[in-house]
Amino acid sequence: MRSNLSATAKVYLVAVFVILYAPIFYLIFYSFNSGGTMNSFEGFTLEHYKAVFEDNRLIAILINTVIVALLSALIATIIGTLGAVGIVSMRSQKMRSTVLSLNNILIVSPDVVIGASFLILFTMIGVKLGFASVLISHIAFSIPIVVLMVLPKILEMNTNLIDAALDLGASRRDVLTRVIIPYIKPGIFAGFFMALTYSLDDFAVTFFVTGNGFSTLSVEIYSMARAGISLTVNAISGLVFVVTVGVVAIYYVITNRAKKMEAYNR
Amino acid sequence: MKSLLNAALAIVITCGLLWFAASKLEASGSAGGEGVLTVYNWGEYIDPALIDQFEEETGITVIYETFDSNEAMLTKIRQGGSAYDIAVPSEYTIETMIEEDLLIEIDHSKITNLQNIDPYFLDLPFDPKNKYSIPYFWGTVGIVYNPNKIPEHITFDSWDDLWDPALKNKVFLVDGAREVMGMGLNSLGYSLNSRDDSELREATEKLKQLNGNVKAIIGDEITPLMINNEAAVSLTFSGQAADMMGENEELDFAVPSEGSNLWFDNMVIPKTAQNIEGAHLFINFMLDAEVAAQNAEYVGYSIPNKAAWELLDKEVINDERFYPPEERRSNLEVYENLGLELLGIYNEYFLEFKMSLN
Amino acid sequence: MKFKSKASLIPYLLWVALFVIAPIGLILYYSMLDLNGDFTLANYQNFFTPAYLTMTLTSFWYAFLITFFTLVISYPTAYFLTKMKHKHLWLMLIIIPSWINLLLKTYAFIGIFGLYGPVNAIIEVFGFDPKQILFTDFSFVFVAVYIFIPFMIIPIFNALDKMNPSLIYASRDLGASAFTTFRRVIFPLTIEGVKSGIQVTFIPALSLFMITRLIAGNKVITLGTAIEQQFLVAQNWGMGSTIAVFLILIMFASMLFTRTKKKGGRA
Repeated sequence: MRSNLSATAKVYLVAVFVILYAPIFYLIFYSFNSGGTMNSFEGFTLEHYKAVFEDNRLIAILINTVIVALLSALIATIIGTLGAVGIVSMRSQKMRSTVLSLNNILIVSPDVVIGASFLILFTMIGVKLGFASVLISHIAFSIPIVVLMVLPKILEMNTNLIDAALDLGASRRDVLTRVIIPYIKPGIFAGFFMALTYSLDDFAVTFFVTGNGFSTLSVEIYSMARAGISLTVNAISGLVFVVTVGVVAIYYVITNRAKKMEAYNR
Repeated sequence: MKSLLNAALAIVITCGLLWFAASKLEASGSAGGEGVLTVYNWGEYIDPALIDQFEEETGITVIYETFDSNEAMLTKIRQGGSAYDIAVPSEYTIETMIEEDLLIEIDHSKITNLQNIDPYFLDLPFDPKNKYSIPYFWGTVGIVYNPNKIPEHITFDSWDDLWDPALKNKVFLVDGAREVMGMGLNSLGYSLNSRDDSELREATEKLKQLNGNVKAIIGDEITPLMINNEAAVSLTFSGQAADMMGENEELDFAVPSEGSNLWFDNMVIPKTAQNIEGAHLFINFMLDAEVAAQNAEYVGYSIPNKAAWELLDKEVINDERFYPPEERRSNLEVYENLGLELLGIYNEYFLEFKMSLN
Repeated sequence: MKFKSKASLIPYLLWVALFVIAPIGLILYYSMLDLNGDFTLANYQNFFTPAYLTMTLTSFWYAFLITFFTLVISYPTAYFLTKMKHKHLWLMLIIIPSWINLLLKTYAFIGIFGLYGPVNAIIEVFGFDPKQILFTDFSFVFVAVYIFIPFMIIPIFNALDKMNPSLIYASRDLGASAFTTFRRVIFPLTIEGVKSGIQVTFIPALSLFMITRLIAGNKVITLGTAIEQQFLVAQNWGMGSTIAVFLILIMFASMLFTRTKKKGGRA
């Protein structure tokens, strides 16, 4: 689609992006501060970045955080998408809205409540606290957001498409994989990215359900507050940010090229 | 559909690779050998170099986990599910833990360095004879302020100075019911452990008159904000005040004369501990004079270790604001465990005060 | 729709049972316990005191404000994004900031809005006195809106993206003004996306807690803050659970409010 934005629109978008990125650049700016705090900038240094690479524990925690985020988002997306498809196919309107309300309960519940009740749940069932309990909890609180992202896409789908496919003798499995899922793909991606965000941001739930040496970056950052957050954390966030942007850019270039090649070959 | 499957596969492979990298890292980081010791402490509340030193000396691998509040830590230990060998709660939480039978008695014969601790910090009411806990850091509650930003006549010799109209919109308070209510009670000459409802009522009414002066009620974020001169005055813990003053030389700290709180963070061994022998070794290690001095320099809080005082800078140890001499400690009170019901009432009053702010 | 898929629902329903219904059961159970663990309804009685009712109203008011401003900012953003050349890349760039730890970003905002921060520096350049921005209603709503913007943009973007542009051309060709086209064609077609955006904003906004302290300095108290305090400070899980029960009830009510109207052929 051609870019046909008016000047006002461009200014508006620039303003939104500036605001979205302002705190992040502020953090990164101070990660180069030799002063040791996020207050006055005293001089340029790379010592905080050096400290990141010397701190094996912090790197291990960062890796844990990424693994939990990616895996939980992936699994939550699968369960949530299938759930959303299932919800829409429910016959009774009442049943459907009941399930939807239940779906939203975890979104409205404050993290502490979720964390405390999951902790009780896990100790009751006898799940060992650590990686598994954290992963399961993250999947659990990410599922509703996936459902909420996927649902509107299914609702706006033209049902004739599905009916036609079924009438033409397609199996239910085919309908799901060839008709429904390709159509709702943007919703699935949106759900995945939201789940990722939820997982990366979560502190309270993780805090309650973790144990036996397993920790995530959020838990670490929150517990630093009493004695002051070190700029090493700023540096690690800066690195994460740069790597993420890099990965997204590379991924985009590759898929774009692939698409172009496809178009060319046709 | 294919692209979705590819994406899912890519994620799983990435996770696998990361997992591999993490296990490599952890393997290279640990010495192995004499088992593991899980330490549950506040973030940035120990010099990490000391953990390495302990691991080298004993061959024990230390797992360091962190919490952000006494109450949250208590919930975790109560529920079980994770084995903590050492925890560092504050004194009122220790009292609760003893009551609920969550702690193991400490074998004093294994803590040979206990003699390094100043007797003043031993055998306190919350843990008679130190059966369950050994002092780690201690401090008071007072007021950190910037003398250049407030009128000269305000010196915080009295809590009442906080109500001075010249401090309009200049005061931070810590977000703790005990601290703020305690300040209100102290300023009226009552005990900060008051169990008398009419005293609490009176304190709340007095606090409400602070309305115009209070800029915000916040938590540990006070440290960066005061360093940056965001407010001129703040109710705070002495250890945090020391942190702030290290960064912002204009600041000063005072404990008003009517009295205030004296607090302790002690090391304990929870019932869930797996490595009790290692826990004793760790406690004894932390009490070593040189170790304690190094830790105090890193963390910046006051230590109870008499032997380590000799090793610290004279300027630090003679600073009466952070190491008040005994005659000044006499009007300081340690928080008593009021019981949940009374604690609830403190919190209701505190909420009433907060909701009266605008 | 004739399509049925019972099997696909199984893991989802399992999740509902384990992680929604079981915790609700726990919360209901705790809400009827007093500090000694005895059965009581006093917590519910306590909720109907002026303090908690005022708090409920305040929470509602702020959640409404936050949702309103988030929508007003996000809708045009999403709309303009769909017109961009590399729209999906730009959408990713909207999401990426939300992956940096929230507490850190909040600290950054404290610095940015501070008396000596960049915003006040700019104000001073224009010859005004520094303003108290931090610890005000404004900063609270601003940061909350900041947090929720990506969550609002994504569903709206998806709804706009799939919209058939010929509908708009048709509308314009038939002589409708830009505003009429928006009101009668674009907005109705994206209403589902807007609704899910509102749900993921309004509902969590009711229970915001951390930034009420960090950015509003506890001058705004929401239901979320109160639950937090009851659980972690007062250690009165009974009262905390009771407030949580009311929060869930409020959520049910707001779901009814935004419910999709019955449409033929969907069931």
